[in-house]
Amino acid sequence: MKNILAMAVVAGLALTGGTFAQAPNFDDPAEFARQKEFLAATPMGPEGKPWEQYLVDTMKDTTGFKKDAPYTVCFSNAGVNNPWRVVGWTNMQEEAKLHPEISQIIHVDAEGSDDKQIADIDDLLAGGKCSILIVSPNTTAALTPAVEKACAVLPVIVFDRGVNTDCPVTFIHPVGGYGFGIQGAEFIAENVKPGGNVLMLRILPGVDVLETRYSGGKRVLEEAGLNIVGAEFTDGDNAKTKSIVEDYLQRGKIDAVWMDAGATAVAAVEAFEDGGYDMPVFVGEDQQDFLQKWKELGLTAIAPAYPSYQWRTPIIAAIHTLKGEAVPSPEWILPQPAITQATLDSYINTAMPPLHYALCGCEGMPNYPAAWGGK
Amino acid sequence: MTDNAIVTRKRQLPQINPVYFILAALIVAIILQNPAFVEPTGYMNFLKRAAPLAILAAGQVYVIVSGGFDLSVGSLITLVVVGSSMLLNNDPNSTWWVIAVMFGIGVGVGLINGLVVCYLKVPSLIATLGMMITLNGLAFMWSGGAPRGYLTDSYRFFGRYNFTDLPLIRILPVAIIVLLVIGFLLYWLMHRTNLGRMIHAIGDNPRAANLAGVPVNRVRIIAFIVSSLSAVATGILLGGFAGVSTDVGSGYELQAITAAVLGGALLLGGRGSVPATIAGALTLSAIFTLLNFLGLPQPVRQVVQGLILIAAVAVAVYRRKHTGR
Repeated sequence: MKNILAMAVVAGLALTGGTFAQAPNFDDPAEFARQKEFLAATPMGPEGKPWEQYLVDTMKDTTGFKKDAPYTVCFSNAGVNNPWRVVGWTNMQEEAKLHPEISQIIHVDAEGSDDKQIADIDDLLAGGKCSILIVSPNTTAALTPAVEKACAVLPVIVFDRGVNTDCPVTFIHPVGGYGFGIQGAEFIAENVKPGGNVLMLRILPGVDVLETRYSGGKRVLEEAGLNIVGAEFTDGDNAKTKSIVEDYLQRGKIDAVWMDAGATAVAAVEAFEDGGYDMPVFVGEDQQDFLQKWKELGLTAIAPAYPSYQWRTPIIAAIHTLKGEAVPSPEWILPQPAITQATLDSYINTAMPPLHYALCGCEGMPNYPAAWGGK
Repeated sequence: MTDNAIVTRKRQLPQINPVYFILAALIVAIILQNPAFVEPTGYMNFLKRAAPLAILAAGQVYVIVSGGFDLSVGSLITLVVVGSSMLLNNDPNSTWWVIAVMFGIGVGVGLINGLVVCYLKVPSLIATLGMMITLNGLAFMWSGGAPRGYLTDSYRFFGRYNFTDLPLIRILPVAIIVLLVIGFLLYWLMHRTNLGRMIHAIGDNPRAANLAGVPVNRVRIIAFIVSSLSAVATGILLGGFAGVSTDVGSGYELQAITAAVLGGALLLGGRGSVPATIAGALTLSAIFTLLNFLGLPQPVRQVVQGLILIAAVAVAVYRRKHTGR
């Protein structure tokens, strides 16, 4: 029994060690600095349409891909398994409707599985109908060979999460995880005195865009002399989030809550509300339920975003590519604004579902709000 | 004191279910970690959070004692929360009929589970696994992945509201009252009625029960319905506690089974008690809370959690071997 216990403890420590050993990959000071600069940069491209804007202006010549309309756009999607992706996928469909050159959009949903997505891409290539392929990869390393294979046959556009190859026409994404982490943590640093207690809530380990949010946020908080009382994984579960916050509140005062994903922000707010505690400084995300709670309670808060308007951009990039017009490349970096007290009112819309993401860039589209579930 | 009395004492001692000792030990550990736990807000919050799992496990033990499993409860919870938010449509006046509809869905799900197990002879593990996948799909189809409404305050009353400023105990969460009421009801049904005896009989030996005149199929179906109804109640409490989310119920089916096993229920049926199962659920919640308070890194926590569970069940099995109960 003793041996078994010892082995289990060793195994546990080994697992923990593994997590720590990986951490440096997600804490890259150069990338941190680059993204911090992007947050302050003035975007190029049409004003008021952040999904068409870009922060780096190196262009790629696409005349080699020029084809005659009509186009069949094929899209291999990692999944529609969370509300952010549901909003994004609606954005993409509505964007495609704005372009008469697109005769058809073929959508295959990998349901969050690498294997299925690799098979999906094979099927799309074998079908021979696609004019262009858009990929939102499920995971980076696993999808790289599939994307390379597709690049040999037709133009490919990657967005949201990346792959380890620069064969695609472009890789579309907002500033990134460090930027998200910085926006929230800097707001806390401005509003909480040094030495104040900050609780960090994370959704799950091991996803690059989330790990960089955490390391970026942590760096800013530590540099500001704040005391990080804990960093907990919530699994995106409201009940778990509320329980964790309640437990921390029993142990001592919390001056600020930082989150790497705001879907559970309202549950965290409620833990303070129900226990009758003073409201701390809050970092949420651009979900309607949080924005409305923020206004209702008059919180001191900020909502960084991973804007779902980025789902419109691949369609625009596809049209440009197929018409032989230049596109920003190898990366098309979109601006990544945060919602602040000053802009809060313009993003609140009680007619939209609670899990709707406000930075959808969809307000001016013909089927808004019905296509997104609004009234 | 005669020798006889000592023998009797020795025999009686292990007959107290070990889950109560484990629970007591964990609570002491929590108090040592965090003295604030002895304040009413500390333990009341704990009970409030444990209530949904306790109710779910108390329902699950009906199916387990009858010799089956119900894996569909987690996705039924999800369906209840997502479905309620869609039906409520932010209208507080709808609360009562929405709750009634949800219990109706619960009866339907339990009935189908039971009929499939009894008449199509599909093992309960497979039948309820299929139901789990189906219900998850239905919840997703209904909401399109993003539920379109909030849960109204009147709906959330059961899971969220606390009576405050009470004498002595200061606060009393409504969820605890719900747990007491449903817990007592399930206890009474299992241990004080003929139905409970028949459930035990068919789990122990369905053929013998059948020959003895127990309507095996009917009893089994009722067990599944009880389990589904408790899942609906759990869904209402969880939705109330934390609000709408799309994966609220995931993993709860295994936690409920674990709670029942911790409480000494036999996985092959024929044995199990509602109060011990509720204590098992409290134990599980106490483990989660303690690990929260200890502030260990996530992977270490999972290792500890797993070891405690295995150890607890090993103790239960050991005890059964040596006491024959």
